[in-house]
Amino acid sequence: MAQVSSIANEQTSTPVSSSKSVMLRISRYNPEHDDSSKFMEFNVPYEKWTTVLEAILEVKKHFDHSVAVRYSCRQATCGSCGMMINGKPRLACFTKISELDSDVVTVEPMNNFPIIRDLAVKFERLFDTHQKIKPYLIRDDTELETDEREFLQSPKELEQYIQFANCIKCGLCNSACPTMATDSSFVGPQALAQAYRYVADSRDKGKDSRLKIIDESHGIWRCHFAGSCSQVCPKGVDPAMGIQFLRGYLLGFRS
Amino acid sequence: MRESTIMKIHYGTALAAVALVAVHILMRLTQGFADSLEYESVIANYKFVPYAIMLELILILLSVHGFNGLRVILLELKQGQIYEKAVSYGCLAAMIGLIAYGSRTIIMTNMGMV
Repeated sequence: MAQVSSIANEQTSTPVSSSKSVMLRISRYNPEHDDSSKFMEFNVPYEKWTTVLEAILEVKKHFDHSVAVRYSCRQATCGSCGMMINGKPRLACFTKISELDSDVVTVEPMNNFPIIRDLAVKFERLFDTHQKIKPYLIRDDTELETDEREFLQSPKELEQYIQFANCIKCGLCNSACPTMATDSSFVGPQALAQAYRYVADSRDKGKDSRLKIIDESHGIWRCHFAGSCSQVCPKGVDPAMGIQFLRGYLLGFRS
Repeated sequence: MRESTIMKIHYGTALAAVALVAVHILMRLTQGFADSLEYESVIANYKFVPYAIMLELILILLSVHGFNGLRVILLELKQGQIYEKAVSYGCLAAMIGLIAYGSRTIIMTNMGMV
């Protein structure tokens, strides 16, 4: 009970007495009751460091506790709070209101994801495609003998894939992808970037099986290289580049 | 057929078509567009075997590339097992039909049957 009480009394960093305020427009939609989404507007005080997530939590605390939003770490690590902020997929915890340079901040659920309620979306498709590309090292000798050493890598070998290992599965790339909007079977930039992450790993021996998985009619070839996935990634991953490298393997330019 | 094989054919046909269509346009420039569209000039082109072979190749390359492109667009528009099979086989049939009809024209004209 004490724990529940402490969560209920959780404080945001935004003082209510702030001199500046912003109009926060929150998309409200419950698929069980509503025919279409509508916007609710709230005047929220903010400081230079206030994030969009903090503003939404301010709304939940002072105006409407029923606003549905998913969040956890508040430091761009868990990938939970992805949403459309002023029309662009971003992490709410990683986007400062002051950086948006606008008096109105509009938050909507991510595109290309089914809505659970308000700003919370279903991640099943992302997790399914992520799982499909076998996101783990594949080797015959996974069971190490006691006297064996770990699999060593040179810094150069690490550089081949390390940026792709920064993916936090927030789904912003899939939300920004134009192919994801029309092709419900497309594997998506997140999974393709992760496929490259393991294909390029010198310790991995599952390249052929992974390339076979993505080499199908709704796989890697449906990417039109819009590059929007790379533009929106909050962790600096470049899925579009990974996809081009994977195509290099399939076309025989890389081995 | 694996999608990478199909896409290799797709890219290959595009590159080859660009080269051959460039030759085709250059050939037309040798006598001016108005003259090249004269009935006798067109028939003469078809009767010149190397040129007829090149036209046939352009027909095949553009048909393969174009109908695969159409297949890709249609697959992205809508999904479903039956729909996707219908699109794939439909595009293949249309491609074969167009190549057959175009080849018939080239062959008949080349043999003086028109």
